[in-house]
Amino acid sequence: MVPLHWYLWLGSVVFAIGMFGFLTKRNVIIMLLSIELMLNGVNISLVALSHYMQDLRGQILVFFIIVVAAAEAAIGLAIVIALFRNKATAHVDEITGMKG
Amino acid sequence: MVELFFGYLAGAVVVLSLLVVFSRNAVHSVLWMLLMFLHMAGLYLLLNAEFLAATQVIVYAGAILVLFLFVIMLLNITEEMRLEQFTVGWPMGVSVSLGVLIAMLAALSGFRTDLKGPWSIEAVERTTHTKALGKVLYTEYMLPFEIASLVLLVAIVGAVYLAKKRLR
Repeated sequence: MVPLHWYLWLGSVVFAIGMFGFLTKRNVIIMLLSIELMLNGVNISLVALSHYMQDLRGQILVFFIIVVAAAEAAIGLAIVIALFRNKATAHVDEITGMKG
Repeated sequence: MVELFFGYLAGAVVVLSLLVVFSRNAVHSVLWMLLMFLHMAGLYLLLNAEFLAATQVIVYAGAILVLFLFVIMLLNITEEMRLEQFTVGWPMGVSVSLGVLIAMLAALSGFRTDLKGPWSIEAVERTTHTKALGKVLYTEYMLPFEIASLVLLVAIVGAVYLAKKRLR
């Protein structure tokens, strides 16, 4: 029997890796991938808690997270396409239009 | 035996997540991510969540990653690989994510699992997993379920509007 804490450790580590990627990568598409990494870190924690607390609500929450992740990916990538059409770049440090 | 499987899957998930963040080629990142999702689905199977494992493979690996791959075709990969891949503020990103990791790991000991819900493994086995999930989803979580469909509709309309060419 694997203890619950191993899963929560794994979820935290994956979340931190995703956060690192989101904060440091220049490419917008990899930043969106890092958001998916963070969501997966949360998902594994929720499924583990749902299993060990014998309640299905955690898994329902994971469903909704997957739905929102799909919506977020579609909108985010549409924004990347619009950005690419106007600025011809996918690097966050070259997008300084609101700096004034 | 279960510990062995968990060790393999968890180690693979961590290594593959690091590869997603650190590979220079964006297409390689997406493909490492695909492997990561499959290992994550394996972890869901270890946790008796078969339906979620299937959803993970179909929705994440099958739909979301294909969308990412399509958009990556916009980039000039050969030029991208010669450029710096991290922003100049990367030490700040490292310290913030490390701080959050330490805070989360320190908070983990506060979790208590002595409050059990009604869906023990035997109860889920008796009704089967998908049926049990459906029972909870379509009774207790009916309204959030409907709202989720609305979110998806808004996402479809928004994505089409944002990505289409402006008509002059």
